[in-house]
Amino acid sequence: MKKYKWLVPTLYIIFLMLPIYWLINMSFKTTTEIINTYSLWPQKFTTENYVKIFTDSTWYMGYVNSITYTVFNTVISVAAALPAAYAFSRYKFLGDKHLFFWLLTNRMAPPAVFALPFFQFYSSVNLFDTHIAVALSHCLFNIPLAVWILEGFMSAVPKELDETAYVDGYSFGRFFFKIFVPTIAAGIGITMFFCFMFSWVELLLAKTLTATAAKPIAATMTRTASTSGYELGLLAAAGTLTIIPGAIVIYFVKNYIAKGFAMGRV
Amino acid sequence: MNKTINQKAWYFVIPVFVLVAFNAAIPLMTVVNYSFQETFGNNVFAWEGTRWFKQILLSERFHASLGRQFAFTFIILLIQIPLGIGIALTMPKKGWGVPVCLILMSMPLLIPWNVVGAMWNIFALPDIGFLGYSLNAMGFDYNFTQQPGDAWFTTILMDVWHWTSLVVLLSYAGLNSIQPAYYQAAEIDGASRWATFRYIELPKMKKVLTLAILLRFMDSFMIYTEPFVLTGGGPGNTTAFLSIDLVKMALGQFDLGPAAAMSLIYFFIVLLVCWVFYNLMMKNEAQS
Repeated sequence: MKKYKWLVPTLYIIFLMLPIYWLINMSFKTTTEIINTYSLWPQKFTTENYVKIFTDSTWYMGYVNSITYTVFNTVISVAAALPAAYAFSRYKFLGDKHLFFWLLTNRMAPPAVFALPFFQFYSSVNLFDTHIAVALSHCLFNIPLAVWILEGFMSAVPKELDETAYVDGYSFGRFFFKIFVPTIAAGIGITMFFCFMFSWVELLLAKTLTATAAKPIAATMTRTASTSGYELGLLAAAGTLTIIPGAIVIYFVKNYIAKGFAMGRV
Repeated sequence: MNKTINQKAWYFVIPVFVLVAFNAAIPLMTVVNYSFQETFGNNVFAWEGTRWFKQILLSERFHASLGRQFAFTFIILLIQIPLGIGIALTMPKKGWGVPVCLILMSMPLLIPWNVVGAMWNIFALPDIGFLGYSLNAMGFDYNFTQQPGDAWFTTILMDVWHWTSLVVLLSYAGLNSIQPAYYQAAEIDGASRWATFRYIELPKMKKVLTLAILLRFMDSFMIYTEPFVLTGGGPGNTTAFLSIDLVKMALGQFDLGPAAAMSLIYFFIVLLVCWVFYNLMMKNEAQS
């Protein structure tokens, strides 16, 4: 039995890779070939779909927009969550438990509930169709998550660390940035990974809050699909390219994932 | 950990509080506002009391989509949790296999949700998709755009593809935190593989598994983009889950009052289930 143990993850990975392979396969075909023939690999290999995306600004700006608001969101979420998570992990204060649960409820709120009010709200404060609007709206679910994960990591650090530092004459600021932050670096890495992930993959709010100037790549894809008929090859190429930033992020945090997960709550 | 009482800790929480309140409280008040009123456009409103709530709670459409939602969430939890644990148990613990598994398995988690839907659409189409073509070649009459059963099968398979890895990653982390001494003790006692799992691994994974179930419940209950792109809620309304139905009502038909009432009921259900879970989790943490 032990001998065949590797079969399970291997089969699972094959199952995961199949649809991705199919997407890549499609992206190197012309739309006519996709519609007319069924083949496991491109018969007439073409890169014209990719060329189109990299030369047409409505396409490649979609990527720039998506990455911009995702990075904004990750930075805002982690920066705001760090002190809050520290407070939750170290202190008791009036309403702490209620506040923590209230934060979590926002992670539970279905984005569909917020789509329309967000549209009206961000329009009324003149932020509609800006990167910052999308970044801020994604804080709704990313800040609670960031606080939650970081709190788990911080609680795993014994309080003696803080106390020793104060005895040694460290001020709070110096202790926090020089000692505490490096100690939970793995946790911050994991948190950034999750914030990036959830902001990158979300579409409903990002689409509702943008028109042209900050339109995410994912929305560009849906609109092209509905206006000019199904350009499958182009869609597949655009889809394939959306996988790349995620893959890069995973590559960088791969060492943290296993180690980090074990330490913290997530 | 024994925490010190310090009211000044509120200062640390202020940025988070402001950002989330700005995002949650104001829009939520808009929804509450709509749910009690009838709009005539141009900011003209009339008080309707609880009419929309009654209408939604009694409507067959809401019952149907709520039923579909619970069925869907229940099925995917039933598949993803055991499958995720199983894969985590068989994953390599050291060597080159670890990063390879982690990277490849995390891939689906980082693909934008509409791309997931589009990818599965292309993958499952009966004439040009690998899955659809293969199933038909094997003699199954498969067409997810026309047969409700096939549409459900495809949606569930897509969700399993998309999210099982999250359960795997969490379980794997839980397993890694078990010290080798536990396994040695089990070996000395001559414990069977099942006993080791039942009395050592499962209790140690309890925390991460509760989290996995909680996250999977919340996210599958809010699922919108993937089935919307894959099936559009069809054929008919057979895969119109709560969010799809809600967006259709709010942005498609512009029935703001009923849509707002439905939003609140929807949110309340999620909140209720999560509150129960959260309390269970906190109780567990207090015990350990």
